Amino acid sequence: MRAGYELSHLDALEAESVHIIREVAATFERPVLLFSGGKDSAVMLELARRAFWPAPLPFPLLHIDTGRNFDEVLDFRDRTVERLDAQLLVGRVQDDIDAGRVTEKAGESRNRLQTATLLRSIRENRFDAVFGGARRDEEKARAKERVFSFRDEYGAWDPRAQRPEVWSLYNGQHSKGEHIRVFPLSNWTELDIWEYIERAEVALPPLYYAHRRQVLERDGMLLADNKFVPRKPEEPLFEATVRFRTLGDADCTGCVESTAATPAEVIAETAVTRLTERGATRADDRISESGMEDRKREGYF
Amino acid sequence: MRRNLLRLATAGSVDDGKSTLIGRLLFDSKSLFSDQLDAIERASLARGNGGPDLSLVTDGLRAEREQGITIDVAYRYFTTPRRKFVIADTPGHVQYTRNMVTGASTADLALILVDARKGVSEQTRRHAFLSSLLGVGHLVLCVNKMDLVDWSERRFEEIREEFADFATKLDVGDLSFLPLSALHGDNVVEMSTHTPWYAGPPLLRHLEEVHIASDRNLIDARLPVQYVIRPHGENQRSYAGTIAGGIFKPGDEVVALPSGRTSHVTEIWGPGGSKIEEAFAGMAVSLTLDDEIDIGRGDMLARPGNQPHQDRDLDAMICWFSDTSVLRAGNDYSIRTATQNSKVKVTELDYRLDVNTLHRQTEADQLALNDIGRVTLHTRQPIMFDPYRDNRATGSFILVDDTTNQTVAAGMITARTPGIAEATSDRGHRATGRRPRANVVWHNSAVERTQRLSEGMTIWLTGLSGSGKSSIAVELERQLIEAGRPAYLLDGDNLRHGLNNNLGFTDEDRRENIRRVAEVASLFADAGTIAIVSLISPFREQRRDARKLHDDKRLQFHEVFVDTPLEECELRDPKGLYKRARSGELPEFTGISSPYERPEYAELTITPEQGTPTDIAQLIRRELGISS
Repeated sequence: MRAGYELSHLDALEAESVHIIREVAATFERPVLLFSGGKDSAVMLELARRAFWPAPLPFPLLHIDTGRNFDEVLDFRDRTVERLDAQLLVGRVQDDIDAGRVTEKAGESRNRLQTATLLRSIRENRFDAVFGGARRDEEKARAKERVFSFRDEYGAWDPRAQRPEVWSLYNGQHSKGEHIRVFPLSNWTELDIWEYIERAEVALPPLYYAHRRQVLERDGMLLADNKFVPRKPEEPLFEATVRFRTLGDADCTGCVESTAATPAEVIAETAVTRLTERGATRADDRISESGMEDRKREGYF
Repeated sequence: MRRNLLRLATAGSVDDGKSTLIGRLLFDSKSLFSDQLDAIERASLARGNGGPDLSLVTDGLRAEREQGITIDVAYRYFTTPRRKFVIADTPGHVQYTRNMVTGASTADLALILVDARKGVSEQTRRHAFLSSLLGVGHLVLCVNKMDLVDWSERRFEEIREEFADFATKLDVGDLSFLPLSALHGDNVVEMSTHTPWYAGPPLLRHLEEVHIASDRNLIDARLPVQYVIRPHGENQRSYAGTIAGGIFKPGDEVVALPSGRTSHVTEIWGPGGSKIEEAFAGMAVSLTLDDEIDIGRGDMLARPGNQPHQDRDLDAMICWFSDTSVLRAGNDYSIRTATQNSKVKVTELDYRLDVNTLHRQTEADQLALNDIGRVTLHTRQPIMFDPYRDNRATGSFILVDDTTNQTVAAGMITARTPGIAEATSDRGHRATGRRPRANVVWHNSAVERTQRLSEGMTIWLTGLSGSGKSSIAVELERQLIEAGRPAYLLDGDNLRHGLNNNLGFTDEDRRENIRRVAEVASLFADAGTIAIVSLISPFREQRRDARKLHDDKRLQFHEVFVDTPLEECELRDPKGLYKRARSGELPEFTGISSPYERPEYAELTITPEQGTPTDIAQLIRRELGISS
C-alpha cells in the first residue's frame, strides 16, 4: 500500500467537518448557520459551501446583531452573503432591549444579552439545528462540548447530561421545542483555522490583518477608538499597527500590536504566541473562571 | 505544513496521574499559553498547592474543579511539527466504561497509566480490554511515578511482564512500555537521565512516530450515502458521503445496495469541487454515476465483487450507557449505523461480560449502566454492515431510546463469526477463523515436496448453486486420472456427510465448513494430489483465507469462477433448492437472501457459453498448464 493513502491534518479536519454539516442537512428539517463575520464562522461557512458544491447552501444564515459591531465586519457579512447568494436572517439585540425583554446595564457589554435574542430567533423560526463555530480549544468549558449539543426547550446546556458521542455517529433526535447546537469546528485549533484560511483562501474582514489605527489602552488591552468606547480622560488615543485575533463587539474586543498582514504572517505569529486569543483580547472572558460555562448553561453558544 | 492527525485516548485509575501527564505533554510541548498557566497558578495557590498543579489543565467544569474530579470526556489538542494530536481525556471515575468507550471509539492509540508502586490493577486490565474491544490498534502502557520506586528497572520489568502476559489474551497489535514520571517530566518529552536502562524513545517521540496509516481498511470499498446533491437546473445528481473503506476511482464499477443495481463512477469530487483521481477511506467526497439509478441516504455503494453483509439479524457486543434504563431481551430501540436508521428489537441477551475477569455471565438477564454484553438483534429493515474488526465505520452502531431520545448504547457488530466476542478468551485468528493451539507444533515430514510422485495443487471452483461446478469438477477429475495425474474431488455436499456433519448453515458454520475443506485440500495438494474443490463459497474473504492458507504453505491455489447467471441457475435448479428458497423455506440462501461476492482475482472465469463440462474441463487443464 503506498504511503500516500494518508490525509493531512487539514484534510482530515475538513472531511470531518463536511461530514458533520452534511449529516445535519440530511437529518434535520430546519437547520441554520450562525454567521457573525468572524474568522471561525467564515471558515465554517466556507466548509458548508464546499459540502454542497455545486448546489447552493441548503439552509439560511443567522446573525445575532448586538448593535455594536465593527462596520468592517457588517460590510464583510453583507458582501459574503451576496457572493454566495445565501439567505441572511438578522436577530437584533436592540429589538429585545426596546421591547423590554432584556435590560441593559450601563457600562456592561452586550455579550450576555445576545443569548435572549439568539433563543428568540431560534424559537420564532422554529430552527431545530443551529451551527456554531465554537472550537474546543477556545475555552475549558468548550473542551467538554459535544459536536451535537442537545439544548432543552430553554436552550440550556447541561454538561452532566450530555449524550455520549461515539465514532462519527451523531444523535440529533429531539422533541418539539428542543434543538441541537452543532459544532463542526470542534476539533480545530486557532492555528488550524489560520492554516485553512491560507490554504483555502478564505476571505476575512480586513481587521484580522495588520493596519494602522487609533487605539487606547484599558486593563492592559488595546481597544480601537470607536463610538461604542466612551473614552476616559486618563486614556489618551495613540496610533499603532494592530490586528484583531477575534472579532466580537467593538466595545470589548481588543486588538494586538502586530505587523502580520497576510495569512502566512499570521500563522507565523500564532505559532509562537504565548497568549490564547480570548485571554489576549476578550474582556468578558476575564470576569470569572466559569464565565463561559455559566453563559452556556443559559443558552449561549 | 503537512502533518497528519493522531487521535489518542487516555486511561488509568484515579490518581495514577493521567491529568498530570496530559498537562505535562501540553506544557513541555509548549502548547500551553501563558494566560492558561497564570490561571492554573492562581487556582493552585487558591487550593494551597505549592507549584502549578498541571492536572488543573484538564478539569474545565466548575464541579470538577470544586470536587477535584473529572466528570466527562474532554478533548485536548496539541501540535508538533510532525503531527496534530487530539486527546480524548477520559475520566477514571465511576462512569469508567461508558467514558472509555466514548474516547476509544475514535482513537488510534490508547495511553494506559499505571502507578509504578501499585502495578497492574483491575482498572489497568479493564481499560486494556476495552481498548482491544474497541479496536484501538496501539497501546502504550505508561508506568508512571517511577521516581517513587527509585527508578527501579526491576520494578518496571515486573510490571511489563505481568501486563504482557495479560495482553496475550487480547487482540492488540502493537504494545509499548514506558517508564516515566509525569510530575517531573521524565521520559515525557525529554529522555530521562534516571533511566539509563531504558532504550526506547520518550513518550512524545513515540506518539510522533507510531505508524497508523495502515490501520485503516483500504481493501473493502464502501461509501455509505449520506446526502444527495441536486444542483438547481441540472440533471446530474451526485452522491455525497465519507468513504468508510477502500478506494474508489473514476471508471470503477459499483453496486448500489440494497437495490443491487450496478453502474460506473464517472467523477469524484472533493469538498468544493476539487477533482479527485482516487478517493480513499476517511475522505468526504461526492461522486457521480453514469446511470440514473435511484440512490438515497442510507444506501451503500460498494464493488460488485466485494459487498458488505446485508441482514436483519445481527450479533453484536454492546456497551450500555444509560443510568435510567436497562437493556432486556424484547426491548425495542432505534438503531443508527453509518447512515442507516431502523427500528430494532433485542431478540436475545447472550451474555454479560465481567470486564474484570472476562468471564461470560450467561445467566444475566439485563445490562445496566457500563455493562458490556453480547446481544442478538432483529432489525425492521436489513442493515448493511461489515464485522467491526474489519471496519470500524461500517461495523459500529448506536441504540437510541425513542421515548427519551437518549443514546443508550454503542455496539460493534460481530456478524455471527468468530470475532470480537471470542477475542476475550480465544482470539479469532483472521486468516483461518481459529487460533492455532499453542501447545500443538507442526511435525515436519522427512520427505521433501519435490520427492513426491507428482506435484499437487488445489483447484477451487466457486459459483452459485446450480452453476455447474460439480459437473465440471467430476469431468475434470475423470480427465486428470485418465491423463495419469493423481486427483481427488472434494465436493462440499459430500464432505458434509462425514468430516463436516456437525455443521449447520449459519454464517459461522459455513465459514468453518470452508475452512476445513481448505485445510483438507491443502493436505491433498501437499501430498502431491490435485485437489478439486467444488463449493459455493460465497464470501470473498473466505476464499481469500483459503488462498492464504495455500500461499503460506507455498502450494498452488487456482480459483475458478463458474459464472453462470442467477436466472439460469434458478431455471436449472438441479436440487430444487431455489424453489424452496423463494418460498422462504431456506433462509440465507446464496443468490436469493444471502449475497454472493464475485471473485475479483480468479485465475479463470467460466461462462455457460464455453461449452459442455467436458469442454470446460479441457479448458481449465489447458489454462492451468496441466493438460497432460
